[in-house]
Amino acid sequence: MIRFGLGRKAGEPLPADPIGWLARQLDGTDPALLRPAPDTVTGLTALREDRKNPLMQGQPRRVYLVLRAGIDAAMDTLLATDTPFRERLVWFWANHFTISYRQGGVAAISNAYVREAIRPHVTGRFVDMLLAVMHHPAMLMYLENTGSTGPNSPVGRKRKAGLNENLARESLELHTVTPASGYTQADVTAYSAILTGWSVALQRNPPGFVFLNRAHEPGAKTVMGRVWPPGQDGGEQFLTWLGTHPATMHNLAVKLVRHFVADTPPPDDVARVEAVLRDTGGDLHAAAMAVLALPQAWMPLTKLRTPMDYVVAALRLFDLPATAKLNPSGWMNQLGQPFMGADLPNGWADTAAGWAAPAMIMRRIDWAAAISGRARGHDPRVLAQAALGPLLPADTMQRIAGAGSRQEAVAMLIASPQFQRR
Amino acid sequence: MPHHASPGRRALFCPEDGQSRATRPFAITRRAALLGLAGAVTLGRASLALAAAPTRQRFVVVLLRGALDGMSAVVPYGDPALADLRGPLLPPPPGSAADPKTGDALLDLGGFYGLHASMAGLHGLYRADQLLPIHAVAGNWRMRSHFEAQDCMESGADHRMTSGWLNRAASQLQVGHPAEGKTPMGNAVAFSPGLPLLLRGPSRVGSWLPDMSVHPDVALYRAIADMSHDDPLLGPAVAEGLRERGFSDAAMAGAPAPRGFGFTTLASAAGKLLAAPGGPRLAALEVGGWDTHVGQVRRLAYPLGTLDAGMIALKDGLGEAWTDTAVLVITEFGRTARINGTQGTDHGTGTIAFLLGGSVAGGRVLANWPGLKPSNLFENRDLAPTTDLRAVAKGVLAAHLGLTPAALAKVFPNSADAAPLAGLIRA
Repeated sequence: MIRFGLGRKAGEPLPADPIGWLARQLDGTDPALLRPAPDTVTGLTALREDRKNPLMQGQPRRVYLVLRAGIDAAMDTLLATDTPFRERLVWFWANHFTISYRQGGVAAISNAYVREAIRPHVTGRFVDMLLAVMHHPAMLMYLENTGSTGPNSPVGRKRKAGLNENLARESLELHTVTPASGYTQADVTAYSAILTGWSVALQRNPPGFVFLNRAHEPGAKTVMGRVWPPGQDGGEQFLTWLGTHPATMHNLAVKLVRHFVADTPPPDDVARVEAVLRDTGGDLHAAAMAVLALPQAWMPLTKLRTPMDYVVAALRLFDLPATAKLNPSGWMNQLGQPFMGADLPNGWADTAAGWAAPAMIMRRIDWAAAISGRARGHDPRVLAQAALGPLLPADTMQRIAGAGSRQEAVAMLIASPQFQRR
Repeated sequence: MPHHASPGRRALFCPEDGQSRATRPFAITRRAALLGLAGAVTLGRASLALAAAPTRQRFVVVLLRGALDGMSAVVPYGDPALADLRGPLLPPPPGSAADPKTGDALLDLGGFYGLHASMAGLHGLYRADQLLPIHAVAGNWRMRSHFEAQDCMESGADHRMTSGWLNRAASQLQVGHPAEGKTPMGNAVAFSPGLPLLLRGPSRVGSWLPDMSVHPDVALYRAIADMSHDDPLLGPAVAEGLRERGFSDAAMAGAPAPRGFGFTTLASAAGKLLAAPGGPRLAALEVGGWDTHVGQVRRLAYPLGTLDAGMIALKDGLGEAWTDTAVLVITEFGRTARINGTQGTDHGTGTIAFLLGGSVAGGRVLANWPGLKPSNLFENRDLAPTTDLRAVAKGVLAAHLGLTPAALAKVFPNSADAAPLAGLIRA
């Protein structure tokens, strides 16, 4: 519940068969997709309207209203979900394919991106997720492919427009094969030519992805020693090859094991997950099951919770009524991890080194002390048992039992080193 | 209202008209503040880390993550080949009227180079002989990946190391000084996760963030410190965090409470902490927002202005200690000499570094200018690097902090080919 989930809710029963409980969470459709939330058409329409019609003084931008609705839906899911393992996988993959609501005008579609490009493929094939991501307006806008133009295309010749390498470079470096695969600057340039014309039609109804043939670089392109035909179809062929490349499988295995097992991924564990990915053509359901089966994944907890995990785990534990005024995304921001707002395309750090600076740990303690006032309805000893049970050392349990107030007792629990682990 | 654009006018959609990333943050409306988003409206996460050293001199390194286009910050307007490469992005030369598309005229730096108009504060330092721009620099790494190149920039090598060069410099300064460990920011224990690689390593390092408004009771801190004591990661973090907060609360006493998470706030705090008696002497600041692949003219003005304001805030925070200060501003690589297809630039090689401070021998631009004809460019693409960034850093460490050649060789391993540059620091 801690390593593979989002922490135990007060009163939630312990599963009798942990692996079965986790495995069942991956069956069927993601339940979060059954809840309503704004889609990409809604978000892009809000962006278009914001640009076309200036707002009255003091009136919120339409994109903010859509962003807020999207964040609310995502937070409700995180706090309430009965499939926390699936949810962890969703945010693992969303971080792998990072976008940021702060950049590229994607605020109003950042949550739709997760619902449309990530969630449907978390238990599917990696290559399908890659194709969905690369066709999604959020990624095309975030990494600035929308204006990238073939210099020899009709649009390019007329306007003297040209390539923008950003998406192609990060796609190779971060999303798929990594620099260890040995690609060159020429490969980056040719891949960006493949992606010319992959854009977003904001003025069309409905607005969305568009392939602009007139902006697409004509002719075949050679990337990583292979020749790829022109057109949208040629790009999809290349992405399909890239999404099943052995170097991609290795990258994904390293990241999965680092996320669920240890900051320094044990090579044997990486090899097992990599073999499953390779043998199944990149089946992410099989890869998740392979991670569950790693003996190392059932050793004592070593990973430090990220601020997002930390806030979610505390609030799930408190299990507050829907009327409680919670601001989980604001608190994640205070603790250094604004929700869907990573600084750079490599996403959030997945190691303790990224989160354990003394000043950041002090912020966690201050937040723990403040938020614990929300848990006054609970007996702190019961909460401590529910949250950590045998993982909590006896002397810490004694301190909690002997604290001067309920709030202080809960603060000690939430700020304890054990609660900060997963 | 449905809007049907004709196919010919179904123009390429440039997000936010090219101003999107970082340079035009959302207007902070009351609504945004209510959403808990206001604090996130920054140039990416700025950070501040500090280390002690037994010296009177102050040394600050500012990391510009995302690759600053050196040819836009310090424009070589005297190079005749520049207009062919950069025409639509070029601001007017010094003394000219502002251009509606490319902005205000450059600020002159001696007749060949011009400083971007957003950096009037730095221009003032230049005129006071306290700013030394160093052009066409690059480290000895040649990859064009942000993340690999940043690791190299912070390691001070052409590969990622487990420690950063500024931490190794702190260690070398501490050799033969048994007294440290007694100062509030001393070097008794090695502890440095969560910090930029530049300052990770054997010497103890601290960090600083603006406090949240409410602090719990001291007894609760003590209980949590006790509970964390045996934890190898969180034990030292909590102990160090409490010590730093005690120190910084004292150093900041009397100053108005800093607000926000921004770079200027951190730079101002860095100045005050570095100025304090017994305080740290080395600092690393970082700030993002430089990756200008699209609409560069509009997108660069804001981060350049922020850098400029931050440097002046740092100077003001330092007060009299500015006299003993050198600040080195560096970025992982430069950007393509030519404009790309979206009025921006892609990842390149040679770029600018800034050295500034009361100790700096400024008032000039230091460069072995390679020229901008296609045959002069690195791989017919980028500004060719003619000065090694390691030689710049070594020159500062030698002249400003007094590191010996043997110490420099430990700070920058295998850097015999990058001899320390002389004359960077006022004699």
